[in-house]
Amino acid sequence: MGLREKLDELRQQGLKDVDSSQDLDRINDIRVKLLGKKGPIKEALRGMRDLSAEERPKIGQFANEIRDDLTRAIESKRAELEQAKINAQLAKETIDVTLPGSAVSQGQPHVIQQIIDQLVDLFIGMGYEVAVGDEVEEDHYNFEMLNLPKDHPARDMQDTFYVTPEVLMRTQTSPMQARMMEKHDFSKGPLKMISPGKVYRRDTDDATHSHQFHQVEGMVIGKHITMTDLKGTLEVVAQELFGDELKVRLRPSYFPFTEPSVEADITCFNCLGKGCSICKNTGWIEVLGAGMTHPNVLRMAGVDPDVYGGFAFGLGPDRFAMLKYGVEDIRDFYQNDVRFLTQFDQKG
Amino acid sequence: MKVSYQWLQEYLDIDVKPADLAEKIARTSVDINDVYSPSDGLKKLVVGYVESTTPHPDSDHLTLCQVNTGEDTVQIVCGAPNVVAGKKVIVALPGARIGNNIKIKRSKMRGELSEGMLCALQEIGFSENIAPKAYDEGIWFLPDDAKPGESVFPYLGMDDTIIDTDITPNRGDMFSMLGNVNDIAAFYDLKSHFKVQKVNENSSQLTSDLVAVNIADTQLAPTYKMRVIQDIQVKESPLWLQIRLWNAGIRPISNVVDVTNYILLKYGQPLHSFDYAKLPAKQIGVRFAKHEEPFVTLDEDERQLDSQDIVVTAGDKPVALAGTMGGLETAISNDTTSVALEAAIFDPILVRKQARRHDLHSESSTRFERGVNPETVETALNEAAQMIAELGGGAVTKGIVTGSERDLITPTIVLSLSRINHVLGTTLYVEEVVDIFDRLGFTTAIDGEQITVTVPARRWDVNIEADLLEEIARIYGYDNLPSTLPEQSSNIGALTERQQLIRTSRHVLEGLGLNQAISYSLTTTEKATQFQVEPHSNPMQLDYPMSQDHVAARMSLISGLLTDVAYNVARKQKDVQLYEQGRIFVTHPDQKRPEEQEHLAGVLTGELLTDNWHQTEHHVDFYDAKGIVERYLTNMALQQKISFVANHERKEMHPGRTADIYIGETLAGFIGQIHPQVAKDYKIPETYVFELNLELILAAAKKSRHYQLISKYPAISRDIALLLDEGTTNDEILAAINKKGGAHLVNVHLFDVYEGAHLPANKKSLAYTLTYQDSQGTLTEDQVNESFDKVVDYLTDQFNVEIR
Ligand SMILES: [Zn+2]
Repeated sequence: MGLREKLDELRQQGLKDVDSSQDLDRINDIRVKLLGKKGPIKEALRGMRDLSAEERPKIGQFANEIRDDLTRAIESKRAELEQAKINAQLAKETIDVTLPGSAVSQGQPHVIQQIIDQLVDLFIGMGYEVAVGDEVEEDHYNFEMLNLPKDHPARDMQDTFYVTPEVLMRTQTSPMQARMMEKHDFSKGPLKMISPGKVYRRDTDDATHSHQFHQVEGMVIGKHITMTDLKGTLEVVAQELFGDELKVRLRPSYFPFTEPSVEADITCFNCLGKGCSICKNTGWIEVLGAGMTHPNVLRMAGVDPDVYGGFAFGLGPDRFAMLKYGVEDIRDFYQNDVRFLTQFDQKG
Repeated sequence: MKVSYQWLQEYLDIDVKPADLAEKIARTSVDINDVYSPSDGLKKLVVGYVESTTPHPDSDHLTLCQVNTGEDTVQIVCGAPNVVAGKKVIVALPGARIGNNIKIKRSKMRGELSEGMLCALQEIGFSENIAPKAYDEGIWFLPDDAKPGESVFPYLGMDDTIIDTDITPNRGDMFSMLGNVNDIAAFYDLKSHFKVQKVNENSSQLTSDLVAVNIADTQLAPTYKMRVIQDIQVKESPLWLQIRLWNAGIRPISNVVDVTNYILLKYGQPLHSFDYAKLPAKQIGVRFAKHEEPFVTLDEDERQLDSQDIVVTAGDKPVALAGTMGGLETAISNDTTSVALEAAIFDPILVRKQARRHDLHSESSTRFERGVNPETVETALNEAAQMIAELGGGAVTKGIVTGSERDLITPTIVLSLSRINHVLGTTLYVEEVVDIFDRLGFTTAIDGEQITVTVPARRWDVNIEADLLEEIARIYGYDNLPSTLPEQSSNIGALTERQQLIRTSRHVLEGLGLNQAISYSLTTTEKATQFQVEPHSNPMQLDYPMSQDHVAARMSLISGLLTDVAYNVARKQKDVQLYEQGRIFVTHPDQKRPEEQEHLAGVLTGELLTDNWHQTEHHVDFYDAKGIVERYLTNMALQQKISFVANHERKEMHPGRTADIYIGETLAGFIGQIHPQVAKDYKIPETYVFELNLELILAAAKKSRHYQLISKYPAISRDIALLLDEGTTNDEILAAINKKGGAHLVNVHLFDVYEGAHLPANKKSLAYTLTYQDSQGTLTEDQVNESFDKVVDYLTDQFNVEIR
């Protein structure tokens, strides 16, 4: 058998061995056996010195080709086996990805707080300041300064928890109107404020009444504040909270501290105006009260009604939350059932 | 007010649908409660003629009636005692729907076929309070000329539509048909055909010979007028008048009373009719009642009057609670032949208060409270007298006796066009504004852009410029106003530092797993006093509370949170972790109002993380609560040192598991397990709480933020385990280690606490890792050993300790 034939046979046998190997150790053995220093290829090449000078490079080249072929085959087999080994390992590590993840505790802001924060952020974006008032107020600020003298019939609509004849649990966030007007430096531009907080009424608690609830008061007073500004502002609020596809309707109302006074309704988001039980078949839902600040209120706070004017509005986050989320019992907000509190966890 | 659409149509040529009219009223005048027809939900109710009746052979209270229902005559079994042949009746045919959504079927009653039902008004949707009493025991009779087979609705006014308005306190004028007609005419620009009936004084007698009125205090009754109608017969009113009343929600009673109510609806003028003969004297007056003066009102209730009540008197004897309810003794009865008719204006505030005091809110008192049209007191009195005379077959005596009469107030207000457009944001012209006032019936005089407006007395709510602006805005239409936003101010909108810190406090606690609760600020005196951070004086008490549960202002948030826990536990929610941020109220004897302190409190009970396939349950303990507080306080970055100092004295707390929290030397709060007895009182399990005076945290100096270089050089650590007396605290050991730790000791970490079986009695083991590092270079083992040995020596010296 000539050297060439011998080499060829080595290749055939080598490729066959590589192909039939099933594990990495065996592949290693083959590599050492065939391509090692004492392997048959090296051995065969040693026999080249018997060849003619003419043939020697040809066989040399042939031997190198065979070595390369075998090397490639071994590497490819090795890669194949390694991959198989990894795959087997991964298969073993497979878990049930549908099992629930570890519990991570995260608390939620109260739904009323969420609505208040949303409103606060909205108004801050429009350049309003946030004024936080006391929950125990003077009759003077809660009523008198709001054009509600003693014996005013509108006082009957707000049954009041009195502490002394002059001190009461505030029935509205409106006392901040007078307090802020008294404080504001109008030479620095208009007063734009919102005031969120708790308010109290002498009511018996039931599904729709609560002796404690929340209000957000808003007020803008300046030299050039118009009723159209009020309308635009109320539209922004209503649409921010309930969606901008809804229409806003203003209709006359009565508050002693505004004139003209309006009530703002939005299209019923439940029936989109067709009429349903939520909107009592009117297609509209009342969301807030507002108006142009009464000249008496300005005057009492030391603001000249001939020069300055503006608007005020008040809205109820409790009512908003009830409407927006279909909460049927206002007491749910203050009893703090964890199943209630944890429902409002949407952050987006 | 329940406004009849059909009645409106008598005075206005309106052609819009009632629902559209209601919508327009809502947008322009007053709110709408409801729009409905009395016949809503009813069907197949027709006129029947009872041709003959025979007793039911098998019942002593049923009657077999042969009833002509138009096409044919059917047999209907009727149980009403007043059914009689020859009457026109309300028939519910088979397939009819009557009140309460009841369906009528052909049926057999005790063996006799009944093809329908003869109905009382109450059975076709009339409320018990409205259906005339005379027919209480039986069916209703329709007029004799009603045509059998026709729908009964037109005969009973049930085809009308009622627009039920909700009137704001300022629009008292809208409590009358006249007010509604005027406003609708204004906003639709229609001509009003409102009809006033004149009086015919057909008696030869002078009223002033029959009564005298002397109003001593015109504050009580600024206007008081009286007429007398003689020789009348009290009887049932004609059907048209009854319809007007019942569609307005008023029960027809008799011609005299019904006329007064009709006039009340038409003009908004409450009237009162006295039985002239029963007046104890013919000298009429108005005065304050005497303290505890007895008086029996129409509803047969014997009342003790208040000295702030106002009464109408006859010879100083009360005959009516003015404007609120008449007296029983002088009430109109079937025997009345002569009527003294009162038309007055009483003081609105006094009437409101007495109506509230006696819980007597009537159609009258409601109108007096909101004001009565001074223009039509006499008109209403005249028309009522005329109608009573006509319907009762009597005569009106000559003249009105006037006890008091206030001049009409017709304010004149000067308004400029530029002012209107400046406030409303509109671009109206003078002509448009004048047109609005014309339509409202306000007179105007124009001088350039100045408009001088004279307001009629019937709109007593309009007194100042702002009121006129409202009139312009609403008639012009709020829908027609453009929308703009206020001018920008130089203010950059932002939360104040305080507001931002409060918000951050909430977010941190939420991030630590606590849900925000909002509890009641008003609670019981006992709960208001519990769990105070610092013991204060007594809680602020309400003067006149509504319920025993809410009488005092809280001085801690914890009691409210425990109430929340109890609520949850009672509903099988055992894992409750809440926090609350809110006010507590601290009274100071020298201050009118309490100090309002922002506090922050938390409550933890049950499992912290619910038991799950992957994690084992963990019942909350002191250290979970403390971890949350520590993390929160770390976030607040206070400059001063925070310390937790055991306090065994807090009454509501577990004596061995409670610590006061100090910022520097100031008590800022506490943390611990609530006392098992208190837990029992609240009906809750083992519960941990904390409360912090947020004001102190807000006011405290904060660390400024700056970067600390992370050392490039390796750290070296040493572990030490100490066997100590049980009473030795971690704080004591830490203080000792830190004292002798040397410059390179950067961290002391407690990694094990052991008390138990493997240790001698009253001993415990604490194990710490001490970490040494130098920011300037690599520490050598020798340096560390030297430092560590100093610590060990010091500990050995200071404590009864065995180093292990
Ligand atoms: Zn709806």
